[in-house]
Amino acid sequence: MIGRLVNFFGEARYRKLRWRLLMAALALILAADLLVPRHHTGHFWDAIPGWGAVFGFASCVAIIFVSKFIGHKGGIMRDEDYYD
Amino acid sequence: MTEWMHPALLMILGALLLPLTRGTGQKLLSLLVPLLVLYSVSQLVPGTSGEIAFAGVELVMFQADRLSLVFAWVFAIMSVIGNLYAWHTEGTGQRVAAFLYAGSAFGVVFAGDWLTLLIGWEVMAFASAYLIFASRNAKAVAAGFRYLLVHVAGGVLLFGGIVLHGLQTGSWLVGPLDAGQGGLAYWLILISFLINSAVPPLNAWLTDAYPEATVTGAVFLSAFTTKTAVYVLIRNYPGAEILVGLGVAMALYGVVFAVLENDCRRLLAYHIVSQVGYMVAGVGIGTEMALNGAASHAFAHILYKGLLFMGAGAVIMMAGRRKLTELGGLYRTMPLTVVLYMIGAFAISAFPLFSGFVSKSMVVSAAAGDHRAAAALLLTVASSGTFLHTGLKLPYYMFFGKDSGLRPPEPPLNMLLAMGIAAAFCIGIGVFPQMLYALLPYPVDYQPYTGVHVTESLGILMFTLLAFVLLLKHLDPEDTISLDTDWVYRRGAALFMRLAKGPFLVWEQVLITLGDGAGLRLMHRLSWLSLRADLGVVDALVNGVAETARQGGLVLRRLQTGVVSHYAFWIIAGLIAVLGLPLIAGIGAR
Repeated sequence: MIGRLVNFFGEARYRKLRWRLLMAALALILAADLLVPRHHTGHFWDAIPGWGAVFGFASCVAIIFVSKFIGHKGGIMRDEDYYD
Repeated sequence: MTEWMHPALLMILGALLLPLTRGTGQKLLSLLVPLLVLYSVSQLVPGTSGEIAFAGVELVMFQADRLSLVFAWVFAIMSVIGNLYAWHTEGTGQRVAAFLYAGSAFGVVFAGDWLTLLIGWEVMAFASAYLIFASRNAKAVAAGFRYLLVHVAGGVLLFGGIVLHGLQTGSWLVGPLDAGQGGLAYWLILISFLINSAVPPLNAWLTDAYPEATVTGAVFLSAFTTKTAVYVLIRNYPGAEILVGLGVAMALYGVVFAVLENDCRRLLAYHIVSQVGYMVAGVGIGTEMALNGAASHAFAHILYKGLLFMGAGAVIMMAGRRKLTELGGLYRTMPLTVVLYMIGAFAISAFPLFSGFVSKSMVVSAAAGDHRAAAALLLTVASSGTFLHTGLKLPYYMFFGKDSGLRPPEPPLNMLLAMGIAAAFCIGIGVFPQMLYALLPYPVDYQPYTGVHVTESLGILMFTLLAFVLLLKHLDPEDTISLDTDWVYRRGAALFMRLAKGPFLVWEQVLITLGDGAGLRLMHRLSWLSLRADLGVVDALVNGVAETARQGGLVLRRLQTGVVSHYAFWIIAGLIAVLGLPLIAGIGAR
C-alpha cells in the first residue's frame, strides 16, 4: 500500500492526475476559506478570505527569487573547493 | 525524589559502563539506560535537591520545575529514539559520547546554579564534538575543530559572565537576569547563549559541522545543543526585547540559505536555524503564551527534526551520496523511508494534524496577540519557506526528480523503527495537542484547531506547493557551497597563516640576521669596550686604593714597636697636646 502511494507521486504516468488532484485540493481549500466562520481572532488578516492562499503563494515566489538573487549576485554561492 | 534518579547521573553511569560491554550486551545497555532515564523523568516532581556549599558558593545540582521537566521529557524520548537508530553501529566511542552529551544536557536543564550549568554546558561541547570527529575524514575533523573553537569561546564568555554576575549580585542561582542591573555580565551570558542557539551571525558552527557528523551522531546533535540553549534563554532571558528581532531574522536567514543549499543535511541544518528562530522570538515576546509556544515548539522540533535527520541519514548511509545533485529517484527502493521522512516534513511545515501545527502557531499567535503584526507576518513567510525546502525541495530532489540510477535498499529495521516512533510522536502531538499542552510551564488557553486557522494554514501551504510546481526549474540544486559567517574564521585563519608565513616570518628573519651579523659584531665590540673599561678604570681604581692602604699599613707597622714604655710616652704626649692646646690658646686670648 505504501509502495503504491509513493509510486503515485513518483511515476510520470500519473503526472496529469496529480495536477488535477492538486487543482481540486486548491479549489476546495479556497472554498472552505471563503465559507469558514470568521470571529475576531486578533490578526487583522484573519478577516480576509483567501489571505492564506495569496500570502503563501507570494511568500514562496519571493523566497525563491530573493534567495537566488542574493546567492548569485551577492557572492554567497561559490565553487565547492572554495576553502581548499 | 531521590538523588540517584537524577537523569544526568544515570546517563553518565551508563557512559562508564558502556566500554565494559561488547556486542549485543552493549547494544542492550545503550537502549536500557535511556529507557531507565525516561522512567526516572516520569517519576520526577518539581523540587530541589543536591544542595552543596562549594568554596563559598551554594550549588544546587538538581532543581526541577515545569519548564525543566518539559525539556527533560523530550530529551529522554529522543535519547531512546537516537540510541535505537544507532543500534546497528559498532562504535563504543560514539555511544559513550552520545550518553555524555544527553547526560550533560540533563545537567543543564536541571541545574539550579550557574556553576553546575557551566559544567554541563562544557561537557556538552566536547561530547558533541566527538560525534563530528567520529566521521574520521579530513573535512569532518576540520569542521570538528572549528565547532570546538566556537563552543570553547562561547564557554569562556559564559564563564566570564557567570563570575561577574556572581560577584555583582552575590547569588549563584539561575533565574531571570535584568539588563539594567547586569551590565557586562548580562551581555556576556546572553552572547554565549546566542552562540548555542545558532543566532546569525553566530550560526555558522551549526551548519558547518552538523552535516559532517556521523549518520547517527547528527541525530543527537540536532536535538540537544540548540534546544538546551532555548531552555536557558526561557529560564534567564524571558521578555528580552532584542530576541524578537533576532528570532524573526533567524527564521528568515535559515530559509534563504536553504534555497541555495545542495547538501541534504546542511539544508536541514539551516532549517534548525530557522525553526529555533521561532523559539527565540517566542522568548523575546515573553508572554506566558509565547514562552509556552517556545517550549512546546522545542519539544515538537526535537522529534520532527530528529526524524528528518534520520531520514536524510538513512539515504546517506544506503546510497553513499549526500548532494542533491547526485541523488534522485530513490522512491523506487526506499518507499518506507520516503513516507517516514514526509511525516517529519509535514510536522515541521505545520500541516494540520501534525505536531508543528499545534506548537509553531502558538508563537505566531502570541506575536499577533502582543501587537507584533510584522513579526507574525514574517514568521508566516518563513513557514512557507520551511515547507518549500524541507517538505518539497529536499524530498523531491532526494527521492523523486531525475533518476540518479541509484537503487539503495531500505535502511536496517532498527533505523526504520526509530523513525517510526518519532513519526508516531509527530502525528500524536498533532492529533492530541492537549497531551503536550499539559506539560507546558504555564496553563494553556489556546485552541489550535479553529476553522480559520486550519483553512488559512492549508491555504499558505498548498499555494506554496503550487508555486513550487510552477517554479520548479528555478529550484534545481546547484553544485556549489554557500559562504556563511564561518568565512570569517576560515578565511581569517588562512589570512593569519599568510601573515605568519609572510610579514611575521620576514620580521623574524630580520631579527635573526641582525642578531647573527651586525648585531653580533656590535655586541662583540661593546663587550670588548666594557672589558677595557673594567681593566683600565675600575680595576686601576681598586688597585690604587688597595696600594695606598698597604703603604699606610707599612708605616703603621713601623710605629708599632711592642715596647710598653714607648706607648706610654705617646699617650702622655697626646694628653698634654689635648689638654695643653686649649690652655695655651686660653692664655694667649687673655
